[in-house]
Amino acid sequence: MEPLSWTGSIAFLNPILMIALAALALSIVIWMVSSIVLPEAQVTVNPDGTVSSSGGVRGLTQLALWYSFVACVALALAYAVLGIVMGTSAGIIGAISQQFLPVWLALIILFAMSIAFKRRLGLYGKLYDSPIGMIGFGLVMFWVFTGIFGALDLIVTHDPLVQVSGMKNKVPGTPLPNLEDGEYAWYLLGGDNLARDIFSRMVKGAWIVVQIAPLATMFAFMVGITLGLPAGYYGGRLDTFLSFLANLILAFPVILLFYLLVTPEIVATGVPNYMAAVLFVFPIVFISVLLNSRYYTRPNFRTPLLIGVLGVALWLYLSLISTNGFVINTDDYSIWGLPTYLDLFDIPGGILVVFVSVVFVNSPTVFRIVRGLALDIKTRDYVAAAQTRGEGPWYIMLWEILPNARGPLIVDFCLRIGYTTILLGTLGFFGLGLPPESPDWGSTINEGRKLLSIYLHPALPPAFALLSLVLGLNLLADGLREESLKD
Amino acid sequence: MGLFILRRLGVMLLTALCLTFVVFFLTNLYPNLEKLAKTQGNQRMSDTQVETWLDNRGFLQPTLVKYGQWLGVMPGFTNTLDDGTFLGTCTRPGSTAENTAKYCGVLQGDWGYSTVFKDEVGKIVAKRLGNTGYLMFWVLVLMVPSALLVGVLAGMREGSALDRSLSTFSIITTATPEYVSGVIFIAIFTSSTVGLKWFKGTATQAMDNPTFENFFLPVLTIALYGMGYIARMTRASMTEVMTAQYIRTARLKGVSFPNIVMKHALRNALIAPFTVIMLQFPWLLNGVVIVETLFNYKGFGWALVQAAGNNDIQLLLAISVVSVFVVLVTQLISDIGYVYLNPRIRIS
Repeated sequence: MEPLSWTGSIAFLNPILMIALAALALSIVIWMVSSIVLPEAQVTVNPDGTVSSSGGVRGLTQLALWYSFVACVALALAYAVLGIVMGTSAGIIGAISQQFLPVWLALIILFAMSIAFKRRLGLYGKLYDSPIGMIGFGLVMFWVFTGIFGALDLIVTHDPLVQVSGMKNKVPGTPLPNLEDGEYAWYLLGGDNLARDIFSRMVKGAWIVVQIAPLATMFAFMVGITLGLPAGYYGGRLDTFLSFLANLILAFPVILLFYLLVTPEIVATGVPNYMAAVLFVFPIVFISVLLNSRYYTRPNFRTPLLIGVLGVALWLYLSLISTNGFVINTDDYSIWGLPTYLDLFDIPGGILVVFVSVVFVNSPTVFRIVRGLALDIKTRDYVAAAQTRGEGPWYIMLWEILPNARGPLIVDFCLRIGYTTILLGTLGFFGLGLPPESPDWGSTINEGRKLLSIYLHPALPPAFALLSLVLGLNLLADGLREESLKD
Repeated sequence: MGLFILRRLGVMLLTALCLTFVVFFLTNLYPNLEKLAKTQGNQRMSDTQVETWLDNRGFLQPTLVKYGQWLGVMPGFTNTLDDGTFLGTCTRPGSTAENTAKYCGVLQGDWGYSTVFKDEVGKIVAKRLGNTGYLMFWVLVLMVPSALLVGVLAGMREGSALDRSLSTFSIITTATPEYVSGVIFIAIFTSSTVGLKWFKGTATQAMDNPTFENFFLPVLTIALYGMGYIARMTRASMTEVMTAQYIRTARLKGVSFPNIVMKHALRNALIAPFTVIMLQFPWLLNGVVIVETLFNYKGFGWALVQAAGNNDIQLLLAISVVSVFVVLVTQLISDIGYVYLNPRIRIS
């Protein structure tokens, strides 16, 4: 097998792309400079009441920017489409875009459906009115689909943990020396210092992030909301106490906390299990109070609903915190948990401690945001109206205050997933928690950085993957903020 | 105002006590002590040997007692082994029962003895803090003016081309954590593959002889991540000020745009960023740990990683005291500064 070059037979596109990129950079600079130097476009009011503005030089710079941007996007699309059609004969780019085929399809379907029905989809549909939000959402969904399809073994070319002899630190596009049947013939993004395929590791790493980050953020939100609403609504001693606790956790440098919590020694003492047992109660409390405060006037409906929902939630809770029939299982003592035949899933200690500490670090910030919002909203008229109506405090908190605080909370949720992704990367970077051979991006960056002055390719793909995912989440949050302000 | 500061100091003290106790509790859990015993004594010690080793050195006392000894409100632990070696919490290599103080804790100004570096904790922390302080100084020199400049330029004409370009820039920087930007910088500017080789990939020499070549990349890496956030906050506050009534009045009066920005808007727009900059310090501390590990610069963050990796209890406690102190003091400064900058607010 021949080693692959980056673009293969579609190399004729490279000079065109270079020209387009140069034109884009140049037009951005001109656009910025002209917006300072040149006068604003003259706006004239026509006799019929309409307004027209002259194009002028400013309009020209904007036009140039638009065309060069479209050219760049079209060229990128050409690379992807030609790559899908031609596969490996279009070099590494082609091979990668062919591997990502399921992701492209899923993205096209998602965007086509959403744009078609965007008027019926509420805030999510409005996202498609803002280009920034659309770009961000596209980036995020790209990695979500990559994670899901990667977990289904659709995208990966090799096993991310298997070492192939002779492939140590090989550059991107190197063919495998002794090819077996049914094996992919190249390491598309090269091999790392243990001769594993970097491309497959990057794709598998996406799955770890896509699994943990949103879920951990959601738990942090449940904890923050359940504690922040009463703190803001009741105020007084409760508020002072909870705020003190939150400030206490916030005063801890995150990395020191991680170094103290996420070690095999701490896992052996069972501390993370206790923390998990406490932190995971909050979603159950949240759901049961939410439903009870809404339906307590209709006991016939409420009681079966609560029994059903709480039953499932408790079962999930118990299977979450118990492993091999124990909630806590140390050398000295153990606490019985759910028997193994009822246990739905086991979470390895390493993952659990990572999850718990990420929730633990994030929830005080959420608490402070929710508390601030509750303090602001509780002075509104509709809250006073509900109080006069005789509604209970929890009904007011969860069904009057919370829905009206959703805008800032949704925006912060997106930002916080990005921040959680960064935290997970930090943990991997310091080699904490996740097993050392795990393909998550932080660990891969950490391994790759040691040989960075000689081999660039092991560290850069996960670095750019993490960067683009967090950037996507930030852009998505920006788009959502913009759209929710328009209401 | 005096009462306010006093109350804040009280809360600070309470927070510091709680936090050090948490650190103390976590580092004194038995598996951590076992690790300490094995790294200090012998890797192949049996369980009973570990227990004797710990017992001889007073590690198996109740946690509260040990915490009191560390604070200096309880007399230090002493023990003389059968072979005559004198052990205790206050001992240093070579000290005897006569020349050892009865109390040795934080209140006596004794921070303890580091088991990793084999030196006084106070000395280590002072030295490492000096290194990190130098790094932080240059980070602030680079970060604050450029962040304020970006924020003010972006915020003075909302929605303009300049605003959109600079906002995109600040979003990109906030989305790039230090370990990503650091790796990318090292790859581009120091590696032999790209061939630019403008800077050095490590800052080890920068501790003795800091030059632009070996010191700029770590500074840039930390500054860039914090910059985006401050710039966005400055932009938000600047756009708010620029829509205020008095700016419109000034404009209608015929004041030129540069004059409006410089004389009318800037001072009011910089109140909010001031608190943000102060509250940014705890995050800079995180960045410092990552960057010092990445560039091998032996400062405070590097010491934290070493202490935590080896369960060096007393060094870890000193480090957490210092970092908690930094966090709380910056919070206090941001509160007080806010009042002085914004005369409309009075603390009740």
